[in-house]
Amino acid sequence: MSAACRRLVPAAACAATVFLFSCGGGGQTPAPAASGSGTTTSSVPADIDPATAAGISGKVTFEGTPPSPKPIKLTSDPFCAGANPGLTTEGGLVGPGGVVQNVFVYVKDGLTGRTFPAPAEPIVLDQKGCHYTPHVIGIQVGQPLQIINSDATLHNVHGLAKANKEFNAGQPIQGMKMTHTFSAVEVMVPFKCDVHGWMRAWVGVLDHPYYAVTGTDGAFSLKGLPPGTYTVEAWHEQFGTSTQMITVAEKETKDITFTFKGA
Amino acid sequence: MLRLFAVLVAISTAILIFAGGLVTSTGSGLSVPDWPNTYGWFMWTFPLSKMVGGIFYEHAHRLIASTVGLLILILAVWLARAEPRRWVRRLGYVALAAVITQGVLGGITVLWYLPDAISIAHASLAQIVFCLTATIALATSPAWKRGYDAPVPDDRVLQRLAMVTTGVIYLQILIGATMRHTGAGLAIPDFPLAFGRLLPPVWDAKIAIHFAHRVGALIVTSLILATTGHVLFHHRRASQLRRPAVALAILVSLQVTLGAATVLSGRQFIINSLHVVTGALVLVTSLVLTLRAHRGRFALAANVAVRPAVSDLSYREASA
Repeated sequence: MSAACRRLVPAAACAATVFLFSCGGGGQTPAPAASGSGTTTSSVPADIDPATAAGISGKVTFEGTPPSPKPIKLTSDPFCAGANPGLTTEGGLVGPGGVVQNVFVYVKDGLTGRTFPAPAEPIVLDQKGCHYTPHVIGIQVGQPLQIINSDATLHNVHGLAKANKEFNAGQPIQGMKMTHTFSAVEVMVPFKCDVHGWMRAWVGVLDHPYYAVTGTDGAFSLKGLPPGTYTVEAWHEQFGTSTQMITVAEKETKDITFTFKGA
Repeated sequence: MLRLFAVLVAISTAILIFAGGLVTSTGSGLSVPDWPNTYGWFMWTFPLSKMVGGIFYEHAHRLIASTVGLLILILAVWLARAEPRRWVRRLGYVALAAVITQGVLGGITVLWYLPDAISIAHASLAQIVFCLTATIALATSPAWKRGYDAPVPDDRVLQRLAMVTTGVIYLQILIGATMRHTGAGLAIPDFPLAFGRLLPPVWDAKIAIHFAHRVGALIVTSLILATTGHVLFHHRRASQLRRPAVALAILVSLQVTLGAATVLSGRQFIINSLHVVTGALVLVTSLVLTLRAHRGRFALAANVAVRPAVSDLSYREASA
Protein backbone atom coordinates (compact mmCIF):
# COMPACT_ATOMS: atom_id res chain seq x y z
CA MET A 1 0.00 0.00 0.00
CA SER A 2 2.76 2.44 0.88
CA ALA A 3 4.25 2.19 -2.59
CA ALA A 4 0.90 3.05 -4.05
CA CYS A 5 0.53 5.93 -1.69
CA ARG A 6 3.81 7.38 -2.80
CA ARG A 7 2.59 7.27 -6.33
CA LEU A 8 -0.89 8.54 -5.89
CA VAL A 9 -1.42 10.77 -2.93
CA PRO A 10 0.64 13.20 -0.97
CA ALA A 11 2.47 11.76 1.96
CA ALA A 12 0.43 13.62 4.54
CA ALA A 13 -2.81 12.18 3.27
CA CYS A 14 -1.27 8.75 3.12
CA ALA A 15 -0.25 8.92 6.75
CA ALA A 16 -3.75 9.99 7.71
CA THR A 17 -5.34 7.14 5.83
CA VAL A 18 -3.11 4.53 7.27
CA PHE A 19 -5.61 1.76 7.47
CA LEU A 20 -6.72 0.52 4.16
CA PHE A 21 -8.28 2.42 1.40
CA SER A 22 -6.33 5.55 0.94
CA CYS A 23 -5.06 4.78 -2.50
CA GLY A 24 -6.73 4.36 -5.82
CA GLY A 25 -9.13 6.94 -7.05
CA GLY A 26 -9.38 7.20 -10.71
CA GLY A 27 -8.22 10.72 -11.40
CA GLN A 28 -5.23 11.98 -13.18
CA THR A 29 -4.07 13.99 -10.17
CA PRO A 30 -5.49 12.35 -7.11
CA ALA A 31 -6.73 14.62 -4.37
CA PRO A 32 -5.98 14.14 -0.72
CA ALA A 33 -8.51 12.05 1.09
CA ALA A 34 -10.00 13.01 4.39
CA SER A 35 -8.75 11.39 7.51
CA GLY A 36 -10.06 7.88 7.87
CA SER A 37 -11.99 8.02 4.67
CA GLY A 38 -11.69 5.87 1.63
CA THR A 39 -10.83 6.87 -1.86
CA THR A 40 -12.27 10.01 -3.36
CA THR A 41 -12.57 11.14 -6.88
CA SER A 42 -9.65 13.15 -7.97
CA SER A 43 -9.05 16.22 -9.99
CA VAL A 44 -11.49 17.87 -12.30
CA PRO A 45 -11.10 16.40 -15.77
CA ALA A 46 -9.63 18.70 -18.37
CA ASP A 47 -12.88 19.53 -20.15
CA ILE A 48 -14.74 20.46 -16.96
CA ASP A 49 -14.52 23.97 -15.62
CA PRO A 50 -13.11 23.76 -12.07
CA ALA A 51 -14.83 27.00 -11.21
CA THR A 52 -18.26 25.45 -11.66
CA ALA A 53 -17.48 21.89 -10.60
CA ALA A 54 -19.82 20.30 -8.08
CA GLY A 55 -19.49 17.40 -5.72
CA ILE A 56 -21.38 14.67 -3.93
CA SER A 57 -20.24 13.39 -0.59
CA GLY A 58 -21.71 11.47 2.26
CA LYS A 59 -21.67 8.30 4.28
CA VAL A 60 -22.76 4.74 4.01
CA THR A 61 -24.43 3.22 7.02
CA PHE A 62 -25.97 -0.06 8.06
CA GLU A 63 -29.13 -0.57 10.08
CA GLY A 64 -29.61 -3.78 11.96
CA THR A 65 -27.24 -6.33 13.39
CA PRO A 66 -24.12 -6.33 11.26
CA PRO A 67 -22.28 -9.56 10.51
CA SER A 68 -19.30 -10.15 12.74
CA PRO A 69 -15.91 -10.57 11.11
CA LYS A 70 -14.95 -14.21 11.36
CA PRO A 71 -11.46 -15.53 11.96
CA ILE A 72 -9.93 -17.19 8.92
CA LYS A 73 -8.24 -20.56 9.28
CA LEU A 74 -4.80 -20.14 7.75
CA THR A 75 -3.27 -23.50 8.51
CA SER A 76 -3.17 -24.56 4.89
CA ASP A 77 -0.19 -22.26 4.39
CA PRO A 78 2.32 -21.91 7.22
CA PHE A 79 3.53 -18.60 5.82
CA CYS A 80 0.06 -17.06 6.05
CA ALA A 81 -0.47 -18.46 9.55
CA GLY A 82 2.74 -16.78 10.65
CA ALA A 83 2.38 -13.56 8.69
CA ASN A 84 -1.18 -12.67 9.57
CA PRO A 85 -2.45 -14.83 12.43
CA GLY A 86 -5.40 -12.59 13.30
CA LEU A 87 -6.82 -12.29 9.81
CA THR A 88 -10.61 -12.06 9.69
CA THR A 89 -13.20 -11.84 6.96
CA GLU A 90 -13.48 -8.39 5.41
CA GLY A 91 -16.87 -8.64 3.80
CA GLY A 92 -19.10 -6.90 6.31
CA LEU A 93 -16.95 -4.38 8.15
CA VAL A 94 -19.31 -2.07 10.04
CA GLY A 95 -17.85 0.49 12.41
CA PRO A 96 -19.19 2.59 15.28
CA GLY A 97 -22.43 4.32 14.39
CA GLY A 98 -23.11 1.74 11.74
CA VAL A 99 -20.71 3.16 9.15
CA VAL A 100 -19.82 0.70 6.45
CA GLN A 101 -16.35 0.20 5.08
CA ASN A 102 -15.42 -1.09 1.64
CA VAL A 103 -18.42 0.31 -0.21
CA PHE A 104 -17.80 1.27 -3.81
CA VAL A 105 -19.73 4.48 -4.52
CA TYR A 106 -19.80 5.67 -8.10
CA VAL A 107 -21.67 7.64 -10.69
CA LYS A 108 -23.67 5.05 -12.52
CA ASP A 109 -25.46 7.33 -14.92
CA GLY A 110 -25.41 10.98 -15.96
CA LEU A 111 -22.10 11.33 -17.73
CA THR A 112 -23.22 10.17 -21.15
CA GLY A 113 -21.42 11.92 -23.97
CA ARG A 114 -18.34 12.75 -21.95
CA THR A 115 -15.06 10.95 -22.30
CA PHE A 116 -12.34 10.74 -19.73
CA PRO A 117 -8.84 9.67 -20.71
CA ALA A 118 -7.39 6.82 -18.73
CA PRO A 119 -4.77 7.95 -16.21
CA ALA A 120 -1.27 6.65 -16.76
CA GLU A 121 -0.65 6.15 -13.04
CA PRO A 122 -1.26 2.59 -12.02
CA ILE A 123 -3.62 1.52 -9.30
CA VAL A 124 -1.85 -0.91 -7.00
CA LEU A 125 -3.34 -4.11 -5.65
CA ASP A 126 -1.02 -5.79 -3.21
CA GLN A 127 -1.06 -9.31 -1.87
CA LYS A 128 0.37 -8.83 1.57
CA GLY A 129 -0.13 -10.99 4.63
CA CYS A 130 -2.24 -13.34 2.51
CA HIS A 131 -4.95 -10.84 1.83
CA TYR A 132 -5.53 -8.18 -0.79
CA THR A 133 -4.77 -4.55 0.01
CA PRO A 134 -6.98 -2.71 -0.69
CA HIS A 135 -9.99 -4.99 -0.52
CA VAL A 136 -12.07 -2.84 -2.87
CA ILE A 137 -10.69 -0.53 -5.53
CA GLY A 138 -11.85 1.46 -8.51
CA ILE A 139 -10.04 1.90 -11.77
CA GLN A 140 -10.69 3.39 -15.18
CA VAL A 141 -10.85 1.47 -18.41
CA GLY A 142 -7.34 1.42 -19.85
CA GLN A 143 -5.68 2.46 -16.62
CA PRO A 144 -2.93 0.06 -15.53
CA LEU A 145 -3.61 -2.14 -12.52
CA GLN A 146 -0.35 -3.19 -10.94
CA ILE A 147 -0.63 -6.39 -8.96
CA ILE A 148 2.16 -7.18 -6.52
CA ASN A 149 2.99 -10.23 -4.48
CA SER A 150 4.62 -8.96 -1.31
CA ASP A 151 4.37 -12.36 0.37
CA ALA A 152 7.00 -15.05 0.63
CA THR A 153 4.48 -17.57 -0.64
CA LEU A 154 2.74 -18.34 -3.92
CA HIS A 155 -0.37 -16.54 -5.02
CA ASN A 156 -2.41 -16.81 -8.16
CA VAL A 157 -4.29 -13.75 -9.31
CA HIS A 158 -7.63 -14.79 -10.73
CA GLY A 159 -9.83 -12.05 -12.11
CA LEU A 160 -13.31 -13.47 -12.68
CA ALA A 161 -14.38 -10.81 -15.13
CA LYS A 162 -17.51 -11.10 -17.25
CA ALA A 163 -17.55 -8.03 -19.47
CA ASN A 164 -13.75 -8.09 -19.56
CA LYS A 165 -11.56 -11.07 -20.20
CA GLU A 166 -11.15 -13.50 -17.33
CA PHE A 167 -7.52 -14.08 -16.41
CA ASN A 168 -5.50 -16.21 -14.04
CA ALA A 169 -1.80 -15.64 -13.50
CA GLY A 170 0.68 -17.12 -11.07
CA GLN A 171 2.97 -15.08 -8.85
CA PRO A 172 5.13 -17.69 -7.17
CA ILE A 173 7.96 -15.42 -6.07
CA GLN A 174 7.94 -12.60 -3.54
CA GLY A 175 8.17 -9.20 -5.18
CA MET A 176 6.69 -10.28 -8.50
CA LYS A 177 4.62 -7.65 -10.27
CA MET A 178 2.22 -7.81 -13.15
CA THR A 179 0.18 -5.17 -14.89
CA HIS A 180 -3.32 -5.68 -16.16
CA THR A 181 -5.69 -3.33 -17.94
CA PHE A 182 -9.43 -3.62 -18.40
CA SER A 183 -11.11 -2.86 -21.69
CA ALA A 184 -14.73 -2.52 -20.61
CA VAL A 185 -16.81 -1.04 -17.83
CA GLU A 186 -17.63 -3.65 -15.21
CA VAL A 187 -18.92 -3.24 -11.67
CA MET A 188 -17.51 -5.30 -10.04
CA VAL A 189 -14.75 -7.67 -11.12
CA PRO A 190 -14.15 -10.22 -8.36
CA PHE A 191 -10.53 -11.17 -7.72
CA LYS A 192 -9.61 -14.32 -5.90
CA CYS A 193 -6.60 -16.36 -5.04
CA ASP A 194 -7.39 -20.04 -5.56
CA VAL A 195 -4.35 -21.01 -3.51
CA HIS A 196 -5.76 -19.21 -0.48
CA GLY A 197 -9.50 -19.52 -0.84
CA TRP A 198 -10.29 -16.72 1.62
CA MET A 199 -8.52 -14.04 -0.43
CA ARG A 200 -11.00 -11.83 -2.21
CA ALA A 201 -10.83 -8.37 -3.71
CA TRP A 202 -13.24 -6.39 -5.84
CA VAL A 203 -12.39 -4.03 -8.66
CA GLY A 204 -14.87 -1.53 -10.07
CA VAL A 205 -14.00 -0.66 -13.66
CA LEU A 206 -15.46 2.60 -14.95
CA ASP A 207 -15.00 4.88 -17.93
CA HIS A 208 -14.81 7.95 -15.69
CA PRO A 209 -13.07 8.98 -12.49
CA TYR A 210 -16.13 9.59 -10.32
CA TYR A 211 -15.94 6.84 -7.77
CA ALA A 212 -14.82 6.33 -4.20
CA VAL A 213 -14.43 3.54 -1.71
CA THR A 214 -15.54 4.12 1.86
CA GLY A 215 -12.95 3.85 4.55
CA THR A 216 -13.22 3.16 8.24
CA ASP A 217 -15.50 6.19 8.71
CA GLY A 218 -17.90 5.10 5.98
CA ALA A 219 -17.39 8.37 4.14
CA PHE A 220 -17.04 9.01 0.45
CA SER A 221 -16.60 12.04 -1.75
CA LEU A 222 -17.07 12.47 -5.47
CA LYS A 223 -15.45 15.73 -6.51
CA GLY A 224 -15.11 17.68 -9.72
CA LEU A 225 -18.47 16.73 -11.18
CA PRO A 226 -19.97 18.89 -13.90
CA PRO A 227 -23.32 20.29 -12.75
CA GLY A 228 -26.12 17.91 -13.61
CA THR A 229 -28.31 15.05 -12.51
CA TYR A 230 -26.67 11.74 -11.64
CA THR A 231 -27.57 8.29 -10.59
CA VAL A 232 -25.17 7.39 -7.82
CA GLU A 233 -24.85 3.79 -6.73
CA ALA A 234 -23.35 2.29 -3.61
CA TRP A 235 -22.17 -1.29 -4.03
CA HIS A 236 -21.25 -3.64 -1.25
CA GLU A 237 -20.19 -7.24 -1.65
CA GLN A 238 -22.58 -8.52 1.01
CA PHE A 239 -25.22 -5.86 1.38
CA GLY A 240 -25.93 -5.40 -2.33
CA THR A 241 -26.54 -2.10 -4.07
CA SER A 242 -28.42 1.08 -3.38
CA THR A 243 -28.97 3.95 -5.81
CA GLN A 244 -29.98 7.58 -5.51
CA MET A 245 -30.74 10.25 -8.09
CA ILE A 246 -28.92 13.47 -7.24
CA THR A 247 -28.92 16.85 -8.94
CA VAL A 248 -26.04 19.19 -8.26
CA ALA A 249 -25.80 22.80 -9.38
CA GLU A 250 -22.64 24.75 -10.09
CA LYS A 251 -20.17 24.73 -7.19
CA GLU A 252 -22.68 22.83 -5.11
CA THR A 253 -21.71 19.89 -2.92
CA LYS A 254 -24.53 17.69 -1.77
CA ASP A 255 -24.41 15.37 1.20
CA ILE A 256 -26.21 12.09 0.91
CA THR A 257 -26.44 8.93 2.94
CA PHE A 258 -26.80 5.40 1.73
CA THR A 259 -28.30 3.01 4.24
CA PHE A 260 -28.18 -0.74 3.93
CA LYS A 261 -30.55 -2.70 6.07
CA GLY A 262 -29.93 -6.01 7.74
CA ALA A 263 -32.30 -8.88 7.50
CA MET B 1 1.81 -60.60 -12.10
CA LEU B 2 -0.22 -59.00 -14.87
CA ARG B 3 -3.37 -59.54 -12.87
CA LEU B 4 -1.84 -57.96 -9.76
CA PHE B 5 -0.60 -55.03 -11.78
CA ALA B 6 -4.02 -54.54 -13.35
CA VAL B 7 -5.59 -54.48 -9.88
CA LEU B 8 -2.99 -51.93 -8.78
CA VAL B 9 -3.86 -49.75 -11.77
CA ALA B 10 -7.57 -49.97 -11.01
CA ILE B 11 -7.00 -49.03 -7.36
CA SER B 12 -4.75 -46.15 -8.37
CA THR B 13 -7.51 -44.90 -10.68
CA ALA B 14 -9.94 -44.86 -7.75
CA ILE B 15 -7.40 -42.89 -5.71
CA LEU B 16 -7.06 -40.47 -8.59
CA ILE B 17 -10.83 -39.94 -8.64
CA PHE B 18 -10.75 -39.19 -4.92
CA ALA B 19 -7.90 -36.72 -5.47
CA GLY B 20 -9.89 -35.08 -8.26
CA GLY B 21 -12.86 -34.85 -5.94
CA LEU B 22 -10.69 -33.04 -3.41
CA VAL B 23 -9.65 -30.50 -6.04
CA THR B 24 -13.24 -29.61 -6.85
CA SER B 25 -14.45 -29.81 -3.26
CA THR B 26 -11.77 -27.38 -2.06
CA GLY B 27 -12.21 -25.06 -5.04
CA SER B 28 -8.56 -25.52 -5.94
CA GLY B 29 -8.98 -26.19 -9.65
CA LEU B 30 -7.33 -22.94 -10.68
CA SER B 31 -4.78 -22.65 -7.91
CA VAL B 32 -2.13 -23.66 -10.42
CA PRO B 33 -2.77 -21.35 -13.37
CA ASP B 34 -0.43 -22.96 -15.87
CA TRP B 35 -0.43 -26.41 -17.45
CA PRO B 36 1.38 -28.77 -17.97
CA ASN B 37 3.92 -26.87 -15.87
CA THR B 38 3.28 -25.79 -12.29
CA TYR B 39 4.11 -22.12 -11.73
CA GLY B 40 6.73 -22.50 -14.43
CA TRP B 41 8.34 -25.59 -12.88
CA PHE B 42 8.36 -28.90 -14.66
CA MET B 43 5.68 -30.81 -12.81
CA TRP B 44 7.97 -33.32 -11.13
CA THR B 45 10.48 -30.70 -9.99
CA PHE B 46 7.98 -28.42 -8.26
CA PRO B 47 9.22 -28.04 -4.66
CA LEU B 48 7.18 -29.89 -2.06
CA SER B 49 7.58 -26.90 0.26
CA LYS B 50 5.53 -24.83 -2.16
CA MET B 51 2.56 -27.19 -2.14
CA VAL B 52 0.48 -24.92 0.07
CA GLY B 53 -3.21 -24.07 0.16
CA GLY B 54 -5.06 -25.09 -2.98
CA ILE B 55 -1.81 -25.96 -4.75
CA PHE B 56 -1.50 -29.02 -2.51
CA TYR B 57 -4.70 -30.51 -3.92
CA GLU B 58 -4.29 -29.44 -7.52
CA HIS B 59 -0.63 -30.34 -7.86
CA ALA B 60 -1.07 -33.63 -5.99
CA HIS B 61 -3.91 -34.45 -8.40
CA ARG B 62 -1.62 -33.78 -11.33
CA LEU B 63 1.16 -35.95 -9.88
CA ILE B 64 -1.22 -38.82 -9.17
CA ALA B 65 -2.79 -38.43 -12.61
CA SER B 66 0.59 -38.57 -14.30
CA THR B 67 1.48 -41.67 -12.31
CA VAL B 68 -1.80 -43.34 -13.25
CA GLY B 69 -1.21 -42.39 -16.88
CA LEU B 70 2.21 -44.02 -16.76
CA LEU B 71 0.78 -47.13 -15.08
CA ILE B 72 -1.90 -47.43 -17.76
CA LEU B 73 0.74 -47.05 -20.46
CA ILE B 74 2.72 -49.91 -18.89
CA LEU B 75 -0.46 -51.95 -18.58
CA ALA B 76 -1.34 -51.41 -22.25
CA VAL B 77 2.14 -52.43 -23.36
CA TRP B 78 2.11 -55.41 -21.04
CA LEU B 79 -1.26 -56.53 -22.38
CA ALA B 80 -0.06 -56.05 -25.96
CA ARG B 81 2.86 -58.34 -25.31
CA ALA B 82 1.40 -60.94 -22.99
CA GLU B 83 -2.35 -61.08 -23.40
CA PRO B 84 -3.69 -63.60 -25.93
CA ARG B 85 -7.26 -62.24 -26.03
CA ARG B 86 -7.64 -59.48 -28.57
CA TRP B 87 -10.52 -57.77 -26.79
CA VAL B 88 -8.50 -57.47 -23.59
CA ARG B 89 -5.54 -56.06 -25.51
CA ARG B 90 -7.91 -53.59 -27.11
CA LEU B 91 -9.23 -52.58 -23.72
CA GLY B 92 -5.65 -51.67 -22.82
CA TYR B 93 -5.33 -49.44 -25.87
CA VAL B 94 -8.71 -47.81 -25.20
CA ALA B 95 -7.78 -47.20 -21.55
CA LEU B 96 -4.54 -45.59 -22.67
CA ALA B 97 -6.33 -43.36 -25.17
CA ALA B 98 -8.93 -42.49 -22.54
CA VAL B 99 -6.40 -41.52 -19.88
CA ILE B 100 -4.46 -39.38 -22.36
CA THR B 101 -7.69 -37.65 -23.38
CA GLN B 102 -8.49 -37.25 -19.69
CA GLY B 103 -5.16 -35.53 -19.09
CA VAL B 104 -5.71 -33.17 -22.02
CA LEU B 105 -9.22 -32.36 -20.76
CA GLY B 106 -7.76 -31.63 -17.35
CA GLY B 107 -5.25 -29.26 -18.89
CA ILE B 108 -7.82 -27.53 -21.08
CA THR B 109 -10.20 -27.00 -18.20
CA VAL B 110 -7.44 -25.22 -16.26
CA LEU B 111 -6.33 -23.09 -19.19
CA TRP B 112 -9.92 -22.17 -20.03
CA TYR B 113 -10.87 -21.38 -16.42
CA LEU B 114 -13.01 -24.43 -15.70
CA PRO B 115 -15.78 -24.21 -18.29
CA ASP B 116 -18.65 -26.37 -17.07
CA ALA B 117 -18.81 -28.55 -20.19
CA ILE B 118 -15.10 -29.45 -20.10
CA SER B 119 -15.06 -29.97 -16.35
CA ILE B 120 -18.11 -32.24 -16.55
CA ALA B 121 -16.52 -34.16 -19.44
CA HIS B 122 -13.34 -34.51 -17.36
CA ALA B 123 -15.31 -35.90 -14.43
CA SER B 124 -17.33 -38.23 -16.64
CA LEU B 125 -14.35 -39.61 -18.54
CA ALA B 126 -12.64 -40.33 -15.22
CA GLN B 127 -15.40 -42.84 -14.52
CA ILE B 128 -14.88 -44.46 -17.91
CA VAL B 129 -11.15 -44.80 -17.25
CA PHE B 130 -11.94 -46.44 -13.91
CA CYS B 131 -14.41 -48.79 -15.60
CA LEU B 132 -11.81 -49.73 -18.21
CA THR B 133 -9.04 -50.45 -15.72
CA ALA B 134 -11.45 -52.39 -13.50
CA THR B 135 -12.63 -54.41 -16.49
CA ILE B 136 -9.03 -55.25 -17.40
CA ALA B 137 -8.36 -56.29 -13.80
CA LEU B 138 -11.45 -58.49 -13.91
CA ALA B 139 -10.68 -60.01 -17.28
CA THR B 140 -7.11 -60.89 -16.26
CA SER B 141 -8.20 -62.63 -13.06
CA PRO B 142 -7.73 -66.40 -12.94
CA ALA B 143 -11.36 -66.94 -11.91
CA TRP B 144 -12.67 -65.02 -14.91
CA LYS B 145 -10.34 -66.88 -17.24
CA ARG B 146 -11.47 -70.26 -16.11
CA GLY B 147 -15.11 -69.25 -16.14
CA TYR B 148 -15.56 -69.42 -12.35
CA ASP B 149 -15.91 -72.52 -10.25
CA ALA B 150 -19.67 -72.35 -10.08
CA PRO B 151 -20.70 -70.95 -13.44
CA VAL B 152 -24.28 -69.85 -13.71
CA PRO B 153 -26.56 -70.29 -16.65
CA ASP B 154 -27.41 -67.27 -18.73
CA ASP B 155 -29.94 -65.32 -16.73
CA ARG B 156 -31.41 -62.81 -19.15
CA VAL B 157 -33.31 -61.02 -16.42
CA LEU B 158 -30.18 -60.53 -14.37
CA GLN B 159 -28.14 -59.55 -17.41
CA ARG B 160 -30.61 -56.87 -18.42
CA LEU B 161 -31.22 -55.68 -14.88
CA ALA B 162 -27.52 -55.37 -14.14
CA MET B 163 -26.83 -53.66 -17.45
CA VAL B 164 -29.62 -51.14 -16.95
CA THR B 165 -28.48 -50.55 -13.38
CA THR B 166 -24.93 -49.85 -14.52
CA GLY B 167 -26.14 -47.50 -17.23
CA VAL B 168 -28.44 -45.62 -14.83
CA ILE B 169 -25.65 -45.33 -12.25
CA TYR B 170 -23.46 -43.74 -14.91
CA LEU B 171 -26.23 -41.32 -15.85
CA GLN B 172 -26.64 -40.50 -12.17
CA ILE B 173 -22.91 -39.78 -11.96
CA LEU B 174 -23.21 -37.47 -14.98
CA ILE B 175 -26.00 -35.57 -13.22
CA GLY B 176 -23.86 -35.46 -10.08
CA ALA B 177 -20.91 -34.09 -12.06
CA THR B 178 -23.17 -31.47 -13.62
CA MET B 179 -24.48 -30.52 -10.20
CA ARG B 180 -20.98 -30.34 -8.82
CA HIS B 181 -19.47 -28.26 -11.58
CA THR B 182 -22.36 -25.84 -11.88
CA GLY B 183 -22.27 -25.09 -8.17
CA ALA B 184 -25.65 -26.66 -7.47
CA GLY B 185 -24.49 -28.90 -4.64
CA LEU B 186 -26.31 -26.88 -2.02
CA ALA B 187 -29.10 -25.55 -4.23
CA ILE B 188 -31.42 -27.54 -1.98
CA PRO B 189 -29.98 -26.97 1.47
CA ASP B 190 -31.96 -29.50 3.50
CA PHE B 191 -32.27 -33.27 3.45
CA PRO B 192 -34.26 -35.47 3.00
CA LEU B 193 -36.88 -32.83 2.24
CA ALA B 194 -36.42 -29.99 -0.22
CA PHE B 195 -37.01 -26.63 1.46
CA GLY B 196 -39.14 -28.51 3.98
CA ARG B 197 -41.31 -30.14 1.32
CA LEU B 198 -41.31 -33.25 -0.83
CA LEU B 199 -41.03 -31.11 -3.95
CA PRO B 200 -39.13 -27.83 -4.06
CA PRO B 201 -41.56 -24.89 -3.85
CA VAL B 202 -39.34 -22.85 -6.17
CA TRP B 203 -37.43 -23.94 -9.22
CA ASP B 204 -34.41 -22.75 -11.14
CA ALA B 205 -31.77 -24.58 -13.14
CA LYS B 206 -29.62 -25.39 -10.13
CA ILE B 207 -32.50 -26.60 -8.00
CA ALA B 208 -33.67 -28.74 -10.93
CA ILE B 209 -30.23 -30.34 -11.36
CA HIS B 210 -29.93 -30.94 -7.64
CA PHE B 211 -33.41 -32.42 -7.40
CA ALA B 212 -32.74 -34.61 -10.46
CA HIS B 213 -29.71 -36.02 -8.64
CA ARG B 214 -31.88 -36.88 -5.64
CA VAL B 215 -34.51 -38.52 -7.81
CA GLY B 216 -31.69 -40.34 -9.59
CA ALA B 217 -30.45 -41.60 -6.24
CA LEU B 218 -33.88 -43.09 -5.54
CA ILE B 219 -33.96 -44.80 -8.94
CA VAL B 220 -30.42 -46.12 -8.60
CA THR B 221 -31.09 -47.41 -5.09
CA SER B 222 -34.25 -49.17 -6.27
CA LEU B 223 -32.46 -50.77 -9.20
CA ILE B 224 -29.57 -51.90 -7.02
CA LEU B 225 -31.91 -53.39 -4.44
CA ALA B 226 -33.75 -55.19 -7.23
CA THR B 227 -30.49 -56.49 -8.68
CA THR B 228 -29.13 -57.56 -5.32
CA GLY B 229 -32.43 -59.18 -4.41
CA HIS B 230 -32.50 -61.06 -7.69
CA VAL B 231 -28.97 -62.36 -7.21
CA LEU B 232 -29.59 -63.43 -3.62
CA PHE B 233 -32.83 -65.14 -4.57
CA HIS B 234 -31.67 -66.90 -7.71
CA HIS B 235 -27.87 -67.18 -7.51
CA ARG B 236 -27.06 -67.26 -3.82
CA ARG B 237 -24.44 -69.98 -4.34
CA ALA B 238 -22.61 -68.19 -7.13
CA SER B 239 -20.12 -66.17 -5.11
CA GLN B 240 -18.92 -64.30 -8.20
CA LEU B 241 -22.40 -62.73 -8.34
CA ARG B 242 -23.32 -62.71 -4.68
CA ARG B 243 -20.25 -60.77 -3.56
CA PRO B 244 -20.59 -57.80 -5.92
CA ALA B 245 -24.36 -57.79 -5.39
CA VAL B 246 -23.98 -57.52 -1.62
CA ALA B 247 -21.15 -55.03 -2.01
CA LEU B 248 -23.37 -52.99 -4.28
CA ALA B 249 -26.14 -52.79 -1.68
CA ILE B 250 -23.65 -51.79 1.02
CA LEU B 251 -21.95 -49.22 -1.20
CA VAL B 252 -25.18 -47.58 -2.30
CA SER B 253 -26.28 -47.28 1.34
CA LEU B 254 -22.97 -45.64 2.13
CA GLN B 255 -23.29 -43.44 -0.92
CA VAL B 256 -26.76 -42.15 0.02
CA THR B 257 -25.49 -41.47 3.54
CA LEU B 258 -22.51 -39.57 2.16
CA GLY B 259 -24.78 -37.62 -0.17
CA ALA B 260 -26.97 -36.57 2.75
CA ALA B 261 -23.89 -35.74 4.84
CA THR B 262 -22.50 -33.66 1.98
CA VAL B 263 -25.60 -31.47 2.01
CA LEU B 264 -26.00 -31.33 5.78
CA SER B 265 -22.32 -30.52 6.34
CA GLY B 266 -22.42 -27.69 3.84
CA ARG B 267 -20.23 -29.67 1.42
CA GLN B 268 -17.45 -30.53 3.84
CA PHE B 269 -14.68 -31.28 1.39
CA ILE B 270 -13.62 -34.74 2.58
CA ILE B 271 -17.21 -35.99 2.84
CA ASN B 272 -17.91 -34.50 -0.56
CA SER B 273 -14.87 -36.21 -2.10
CA LEU B 274 -15.74 -39.52 -0.48
CA HIS B 275 -19.17 -39.17 -2.08
CA VAL B 276 -17.48 -38.80 -5.47
CA VAL B 277 -15.23 -41.83 -5.12
CA THR B 278 -17.95 -43.99 -3.58
CA GLY B 279 -20.11 -43.18 -6.58
CA ALA B 280 -17.31 -44.47 -8.77
CA LEU B 281 -17.08 -47.64 -6.67
CA VAL B 282 -20.83 -48.19 -7.00
CA LEU B 283 -20.51 -47.88 -10.77
CA VAL B 284 -17.57 -50.25 -11.05
CA THR B 285 -19.10 -52.81 -8.70
CA SER B 286 -22.25 -52.79 -10.79
CA LEU B 287 -20.13 -53.15 -13.91
CA VAL B 288 -18.30 -56.13 -12.42
CA LEU B 289 -21.62 -57.76 -11.58
CA THR B 290 -22.87 -57.05 -15.10
CA LEU B 291 -19.77 -58.54 -16.70
CA ARG B 292 -19.87 -61.60 -14.50
CA ALA B 293 -23.56 -62.07 -15.31
CA HIS B 294 -22.49 -62.06 -18.95
CA ARG B 295 -19.47 -64.25 -18.41
CA GLY B 296 -20.97 -67.05 -20.43
CA ARG B 297 -20.90 -64.87 -23.53
CA PHE B 298 -17.14 -64.52 -23.42
CA ALA B 299 -14.81 -67.21 -24.62
CA LEU B 300 -12.73 -69.08 -22.10
CA ALA B 301 -9.34 -67.50 -21.94
CA ALA B 302 -7.00 -70.37 -22.49
CA ASN B 303 -7.88 -70.69 -26.16
CA VAL B 304 -9.04 -74.21 -25.44
CA ALA B 305 -12.13 -75.55 -27.00
CA VAL B 306 -14.95 -73.63 -25.51
CA ARG B 307 -17.45 -75.87 -23.86
CA PRO B 308 -20.37 -75.02 -21.68
CA ALA B 309 -19.61 -75.79 -18.07
CA VAL B 310 -23.19 -76.71 -17.41
CA SER B 311 -25.70 -78.13 -19.73
CA ASP B 312 -27.90 -75.09 -20.21
CA LEU B 313 -25.11 -72.60 -20.80
CA SER B 314 -25.04 -70.98 -24.17
CA TYR B 315 -21.52 -69.71 -24.45
CA ARG B 316 -20.71 -67.78 -27.51
CA GLU B 317 -17.35 -67.48 -29.05
CA ALA B 318 -15.81 -64.11 -28.52
CA SER B 319 -14.10 -62.46 -31.39
CA ALA B 320 -10.79 -63.70 -30.09
